Amino acid sequence: MNDKPIYFDNNDTTPMLEPVFEAMKPYFIEKFGNPASLHEYGAEAEDAVNAARASLAEHIGATPEEIIFTGGATEANNLAILGAARGASEKKRHIITTKIEHNAVLNPVKRLEKEGFSVTYLNVDKEGFIDPDELKRAIRPETLLFSVIHGNHEIGTIQDLQSLGDICRENGVLMHTDAAQSFSKVPIKVQTTPVDLISVNAHKLHGPKGIGFLYIRKGTRIVKIMEGAPQEQNLRPGTENVPAIIGFAEAARIAFDGMVDDTAYMASLRDRLIDQLIQIPHTHLNGPRGSNRLPTNADITFKYIEGEAILMHLSIRGVYVSSGSACSSKSLTPSSVLTAIGLKHEDAHGSIRFSFSKLNTPKEVDVAVEKVKEVVALLRSMTAFIPELHSEVEGKGQTFYKKKKEER
Amino acid sequence: MAIKYSPMVIEHFTHPQNVGEIDNPDAEATEGSPACGDMITFTLKVNPDSHVVEDIRFRSYGCASNIATASMATVIAKGKTIEEIKDFNPKLIAEKLGGLPAIKMHCSVLAINGLKAAAKQWEITQGITEVEEIQCNDTTIRKLLHEVINPQTGKSIVASGMVSYIQVDGGKVFVEISMQGTDEMYADNIREEVTEKIESMKCVQEIIVRIMEREKFESSDLNGSRASTNQSGQPEKS
Repeated sequence: MNDKPIYFDNNDTTPMLEPVFEAMKPYFIEKFGNPASLHEYGAEAEDAVNAARASLAEHIGATPEEIIFTGGATEANNLAILGAARGASEKKRHIITTKIEHNAVLNPVKRLEKEGFSVTYLNVDKEGFIDPDELKRAIRPETLLFSVIHGNHEIGTIQDLQSLGDICRENGVLMHTDAAQSFSKVPIKVQTTPVDLISVNAHKLHGPKGIGFLYIRKGTRIVKIMEGAPQEQNLRPGTENVPAIIGFAEAARIAFDGMVDDTAYMASLRDRLIDQLIQIPHTHLNGPRGSNRLPTNADITFKYIEGEAILMHLSIRGVYVSSGSACSSKSLTPSSVLTAIGLKHEDAHGSIRFSFSKLNTPKEVDVAVEKVKEVVALLRSMTAFIPELHSEVEGKGQTFYKKKKEER
Repeated sequence: MAIKYSPMVIEHFTHPQNVGEIDNPDAEATEGSPACGDMITFTLKVNPDSHVVEDIRFRSYGCASNIATASMATVIAKGKTIEEIKDFNPKLIAEKLGGLPAIKMHCSVLAINGLKAAAKQWEITQGITEVEEIQCNDTTIRKLLHEVINPQTGKSIVASGMVSYIQVDGGKVFVEISMQGTDEMYADNIREEVTEKIESMKCVQEIIVRIMEREKFESSDLNGSRASTNQSGQPEKS
């Protein structure tokens, strides 16, 4: 059973499905055409891309013209945020986002902040939810855009796009959502959900990497952020990644076909893991339980030990996960999502994300739980962070641990 | 992003040497803090005549390289004299481990500092050295900041010329760090490390760390009080 690693990092990326790969294959060699070409090869590629576009649009109830293919969700987020800002009037210089965004939203917003936009970062509650009243209070006459992550990539919290979107609409504010984690897991229909911009990618749903789209509601003013030829309605220059677009549409078709059963199945794996792991002492779940949590995501803090060490030990034992600890991040700071929901740094350091796909099994969950118990016990047996020796100190706005003065 | 560890780091991580603690140790020292995500405690048995470390154990809270460097530190310290330990260089641990990624070089500094702190504590209990009051001045602060590692290069921020200005006014310390040539995503980490180092000096009452970023002179002050050092540096403007 240890032959094949247990892959519980599906919020990071998922393996591509065989039928998706098969659907893509002809578009590398036989049907290699550029959709912009006027000859038959070009027409063949263009038809395929348009069919894929129409099929993807249908999943969210959009029209094909509202779908702009990009090189992934990061690019879609950049196009949405920077594109909306560049297309806005001089009076609209305020943006609202949240403290639990992915870097692909946070960093474009920070760039605008450096360019002179003012930005409000909304707080979230302990489970990671935005308070609609706080959004209401943050809106000013000069507010252009509100950007919020739909299903959170770290703690799985699913925001109520309906009530947040209603507030935006009432106040003439554009709403963008990063739906990279939630697409094909949580339904969005643009006829009823008042959201103007949606970012999505393929590789979280067993599709290829390097492809995504931005849904732009008809009439929303977006200015392109790259210069080139007038592909994608002159909003995203560059020859379309035809095989990836075909794969994206096929992956989405499969995902939406099986959505009801697959999400219920993944949620059962998630709960099976959570129920067992929170039995370990000094362990808690981050984010909500139940239907307001992504079916794919479980995020758990193991106190008094450090996430990267847990992750490495699990990796050696064939269980692949990720961590919100500072040591596992390139910038050496702990996950801002975890600190935003009120975790102390030391609790953020000890957090592990387990994320599932429909390819995982209950057996894998049970095996992984045993490995986790083993690793947690091992690391706790040797930790230097001993709660009896460290007292909680009230710092500026937060509590943290300091070693008690060694006066003995 | 995968962190690539050498086989020796993995070996010491999976099979750490000298784990645990010595009852009634002759010396004990802890370096690091839980908030930073890495901390090591060493306990030592020292021969009072020869000053040789006869036994040493460690406990570690931290990442894989923290555990591996602590383990290697105990291996190289065992059988050495206190005087020899005081001359240890962090590079020694990194070399013995077959190298550490730049972003993990601070682990070797932490381990060596832990050993040195334990050695010093032993000398104090033996009456060989006295507890010295370190004065707050440009030289002592610069010396201390030598131990702050730029995660991008794995080199000291002092040696890389990033400490552009230090001003000491009684218990008030002002430090300016230039991020020129260093990715600004490390700014929060460097600021926290610098603040924590200076904060450890008894003579310091107030610290201001200013980070000078690459493009423009954009200051991000860490205002005064000691309590503010745990700021995550995440966006908190509203």
